[in-house]
Amino acid sequence: MIEIKKLNKWFGDFQVLVDVDEVIERGQTVVICGPSGSGKSTLLRCINGLEPFQKGDVTVDGVSVADPKTNLYKLREKIGMVFQRFELYPHMTALQNITLAPMKVRKWSRRKAEEKARQLLERVGIPDKADVYPANLSGGQQQRVAIARALAMEPDYMMFDEPTSALDPEMIKEVLDVMIDLAKGGMTMLCVTHEMGFAREVADEILFMDHGRIVERGTYEGFFNNPKTDRAKEFLAQILD
Amino acid sequence: MFDAVGRNFGFLMGGLWVTFQLSFFALTGGILLGMIVGLARLSKKPWIYYPVTAYVNFLRNIPLILVIFWFYFVMPILVGRSIDPFPSAVISFIIFEATYFGEIFRAGYQTISKDLVNASYATGMTYWKTARYITIPIAFRRMLPSLITQSIVTFQDTSLAFVIGLRELVRRTSIVDNLEVRSIELYGFAALVYLVVCLIGSQISHYFEEKGRKASII
Ligand SMILES: Nc1ncnc2c1ncn2[C@@H]1O[C@H](COP(=O)(O)OP(=O)(O)O)[C@@H](O)[C@H]1O
Ligand SMILES: [Mg+2]
Repeated sequence: MIEIKKLNKWFGDFQVLVDVDEVIERGQTVVICGPSGSGKSTLLRCINGLEPFQKGDVTVDGVSVADPKTNLYKLREKIGMVFQRFELYPHMTALQNITLAPMKVRKWSRRKAEEKARQLLERVGIPDKADVYPANLSGGQQQRVAIARALAMEPDYMMFDEPTSALDPEMIKEVLDVMIDLAKGGMTMLCVTHEMGFAREVADEILFMDHGRIVERGTYEGFFNNPKTDRAKEFLAQILD
Repeated sequence: MFDAVGRNFGFLMGGLWVTFQLSFFALTGGILLGMIVGLARLSKKPWIYYPVTAYVNFLRNIPLILVIFWFYFVMPILVGRSIDPFPSAVISFIIFEATYFGEIFRAGYQTISKDLVNASYATGMTYWKTARYITIPIAFRRMLPSLITQSIVTFQDTSLAFVIGLRELVRRTSIVDNLEVRSIELYGFAALVYLVVCLIGSQISHYFEEKGRKASII
């Protein structure tokens, strides 16, 4: 369970996150949407301690991210993260991208790590790309390798930060299919995305953020058919264009 | 006309061997230390950033020959016993060249996006593991042409160690010249040796540049 309690963060004088509260139960999929600059990426980075915050707390299975005694490296092992621009290691093949952390962090043998990596490549639908460098993969393939890389650590949670917004339309589906599969398989997921089809299919809850606050929350139907704030209405009208 | 060279060829080549050895240690140490210096120059911790920045700015603004001299004559006072020219030269070169390699690595690290590093941290990799497997290898590959260029400069600079009596190629050339009195021939030969080695070096640099561009892996 991830609990976000009255989280506040500033970049200098600028407040990026304002009193963010949220509880993500095991097995849930939570979708976060909102206009650019509303603090979605910053929120994800606060959850796994990549970004410090000034007030409030985040706990992951009861372990506090704000507590200076917490081993953040250990905590991050159980939260996989996928980025908008894939962020694959350019000097490593797909297989090496996936096996690095299991071998160096978990101390798995090369054999075990590679076996796991090949299973994951199979699962994301590109078993034949193991020895290809990221530069020679399409965007959709790169993002699927990135998902496999995160899954290789056998995380309990997965966070996605606009995983399809840098993709050409024809590749969006191949990535969403992998994510839907994961969500249905019981993974606990926190997804920043504007893909409303994805939200409809798997989201247990949708959060709408604006200016660092969660201004609306609810089910897909509640939010989509019945947005309460003008900002949410505007936003929905925009993304449906 | 190259008979003075011929008569002393073995002795001179022995000097080239010393030059190679000094270059090898200076480059290995300078590049390894440079990797760390480059990281320190991007550190957000003031107690790391400021001392290292002071060290880099200090050494980059004094001539190498003074560093070699100073180290050779001051170290014995500090450690209480004299040091041989070779280890003294090796240490001087490492601390001097590391500032140059450090700036090359720093530029290399700055080409790496913050989220790429975050991607590594997000899998549980520590700062040092990320440095070792991600940032340093990427910076190394992206900066390879500059690193080779600086290595060629370092190779030439090792001739300055003759001032503390190290019997490398230039020193040995001057020793032979004192006996043979054939300056033009002897120093011409030494120059030719440097030229050949450096030309080979730049060819290697060019090759890697082309290869990197073609593969577009990085
Ligand atoms: N490192 C930073 N320093 C200063 N401001 C930042 C930094 N990162 C993000 N911001 C600002 O914080 C706000 C929220 O950014 P972000 O979390 O990336 O929003 P979103 O992901 O919703 O588009 C933006 O106004 C952005 O300019
Ligand atoms: Mg964002």
